[in-house]
Parts: sequence; structure tokens; C-alpha cells
Amino acid sequence: MIQSFDYNAVLVILSGVKATLILSAIAFGMGGFFGLLVALARTSGIKLLERLSSAYIDFFQGTPMLLQLFLAYYGLPVLGFPVNPWTAVTIGLTLHASAYLGEIWRGGIQAVPRGQTEAAAALGLSYHHRMRDVVFPQAFRLSLAPTVGFSVQLIKGTSLAAIIGFVELSRSAQIIASTTYKPLLAYGVAGIFYFAICFPLSMYSMRLAKKYNREA
Amino acid sequence: MTYQFDFLALVPYWRDLLAGCLMTLSLAALSVSLGFVVGLGAAILRDSSIAPLRWVASTYVELIRNTPFLLQVLFIFFGLPALGLSLAAWPAAVLALTLNCGAFASEIIRSGVDAIPRGQIEAGKALGLSGPQVFRFIVLKPALRIIFPALSGQFILALLTTSIASSISAEELTSVAQSIDTLTFRSFEIYIVITILYFIMSYGFSALFKMITRIYFSYPTK
Repeated sequence: MIQSFDYNAVLVILSGVKATLILSAIAFGMGGFFGLLVALARTSGIKLLERLSSAYIDFFQGTPMLLQLFLAYYGLPVLGFPVNPWTAVTIGLTLHASAYLGEIWRGGIQAVPRGQTEAAAALGLSYHHRMRDVVFPQAFRLSLAPTVGFSVQLIKGTSLAAIIGFVELSRSAQIIASTTYKPLLAYGVAGIFYFAICFPLSMYSMRLAKKYNREA
Repeated sequence: MTYQFDFLALVPYWRDLLAGCLMTLSLAALSVSLGFVVGLGAAILRDSSIAPLRWVASTYVELIRNTPFLLQVLFIFFGLPALGLSLAAWPAAVLALTLNCGAFASEIIRSGVDAIPRGQIEAGKALGLSGPQVFRFIVLKPALRIIFPALSGQFILALLTTSIASSISAEELTSVAQSIDTLTFRSFEIYIVITILYFIMSYGFSALFKMITRIYFSYPTK
């Protein structure tokens, strides 16, 4: 039965926004946690850790995000972890985000002048305090703009979850497109929702970049 | 019960996989080249003195940059026929990726041109260089030097993004893998294999681009 493209159809697509936002937030939060570990490993000065984290980053930046999700979706059950689409997608996106955020934050950490770390070490600060009180506050300012920029990329990336059947904004648009036979409207409306989420973040990221460039 | 990996089941399909790689590379190369032209146009329009042209260009760039590629592909392939533009899967994928690359390329190009100090252009004119000469030697080459790394990154990104074209069954590596998957039921193996193939392609090209940068775009200039 063909349904009409009415207010209800828009509501169904809108309900996908919630899943998209939740998925993005979880992936960003967990990806941020592991990304910090990746960035620390990458700047640790320990050869083995640096090589491993560098290979980890290269893998995620050198392969399609869609395939990363496929591998999580088809691979986890094979490795003995039967998972539902929710878990598979969350794990896939978290790993993806941790590699990208790790690389962004590595850049931020390495951009803090060496003299700062050396001075902190000379003052007798431990690794923990050197990082927390000297390096991170400066690296944070330097990395903020690209980090916000990546969040836009991640939100757009969650749309790929639709391909393995996870119902978020893109998938609910697909469903409405096939039940109403109005793909132009359905995808157009979904596009407007994505734009409404991503555009302010993009603007914010650009403003931050300009601000810090001026100060630098 | 442990899973028995069977990569040998994929061996008969090596020709299809190779063809898939070539289709992926041509899709990326074609779209990035066309996208560069679109991006150049958009970059020029965005600095135009006519306000409506500026608005059109910046609306295009921002719309593309702030919506997912998957949605753009679905919109073009399934949505545009309602407006009278029906495309087969492959041309639809090329159009979508071209428009996508164009939006990102226009930002890259603008950043390169903005980086050329105005005084150099004036100096070139003062030395008696013609308009095209000023453009070629003073704007284009230094600008290319600045934007080449970003543009080559754009190509790698496009190469990886082509996999999303499989959602409209455009012929490329991922869609080839999906059909092999339905024939062999070896999902995990086939996706591992093509992930490695994508990695080889993107790694190879990024090594190539680094070499080009070192040879052609490093100081002293040749």
C-alpha cells in the first residue's frame, strides 16, 4: 500500500534524528576515550607503542569506513561475539573515531613546544602532571577546531550504519521513500535534518580555527 | 564451534576483484578530475562581485559539505527521476562523487589562492608580465604547491568514498564483493580481502603523491 507523504512521514524521519544523535554521541565519547590512548601511545617515545598506534591509525585512515562497519558486523560473530546491529555499529564507529581523534590529538600534543615538556620535567613534574597540567591545556586549544570538524564527519559517517540495517536518519528516510514512493521528498527532508545538525558545528569549527590562527 | 576460514573459496573470483579495483580507481579518478573543474568554478563564483552567484556557490558548497555522501547518492539516483533526470547507477555515482569532490575542492582551491600575497601579483604586473603569465607563474604554481597535498588527500578520500556507491549497485569493488558474498556466503573473508585491496590502493597512491610533492613541489623549484 502506498502511503502519502504527510506530516506523519516527516515525524518518522525526524525520529531517525534521535538515533543518529545518540549513535554519534556514543561513538564520539568512546572514540574520544580510546583516541586519547592512541594519541598518548603515538607520542609516548616507546618505539613499539608508536609503531602499533601508527599502524592502527593508517589502517582506519586507509580503508573505507563502510568496510570497517562491515568487518565489525560480519567479523564479531565469527570471532565468537554474537552482536546485534546496535553493538556492531557502535564498536565499528568507536574504533574509527578513536583512530581519527588519536591522529588529530597527536598533532596537537606534538605542536606544543618541546621546551615546555622539558621545562616541566626539569621542575620535577611527573609524566601524569606534565601531561595534565602543561601539555593538554595547550594541545586542547590547538586541536579543538579539527576535533569539532571531525564530529561533523562522524555524524555524516553514522549514515553508513543504514547500509547494515541500523535504523537512523538515513535508514528512516529510505523506509519512508519506499513506502510513499516519494524519494525526492524523503531524502530531501533527511538532508535538511543533517544540514541542521552539521552546519552549526561546521561554522563553529571554522570560527575556532580563525580565532586560534589569529592568536598564533 | 569455531569458524573455519576459507579464503580459497574466493580464488576463482580474482578476475572480478581485479576488475572491481579498476572500476573503483576509474570512478575515483573521473570524479576527482571533474570535481576539480566544478570546484574551480565554485571557487571563482564564491569570490565573484555578483552577490547571487556568490550565494549559489556557497549554498552548493555548504549543502554538500554538511550532508552525508550516502544521502547525496540516494537523492541523485532515486530522487532526481521525479524531476525528470533518470541516470543509470554508474553515471549517478559519478555525478554524486563529482558534486561531492567539487564542494571540498573549492574550499581547498580558495585556501591556496588566498595564500598568494597580493603584493606578488602587483610586482608581477610591474615587471611587465601579461595577465596569463601572472596567473601561471605567480598564482597557479605557488598555489598548486600549497594545495597539492590537500588535493591528493581528496583523491584518497574519494577512493575510499566510492565504496558507498555500492548502495545503488554501481559497479565498483564493494558491489563486486557483495555479489561474490551472495555466491559463496564467505562474508567475512571477502570483506577482509577487499579491505586489504582498498588499503593497498590508498597506501600506494599516497606514497606516489608524496613522491610527486618531493620532486615537483619542493624548493628549490625546477
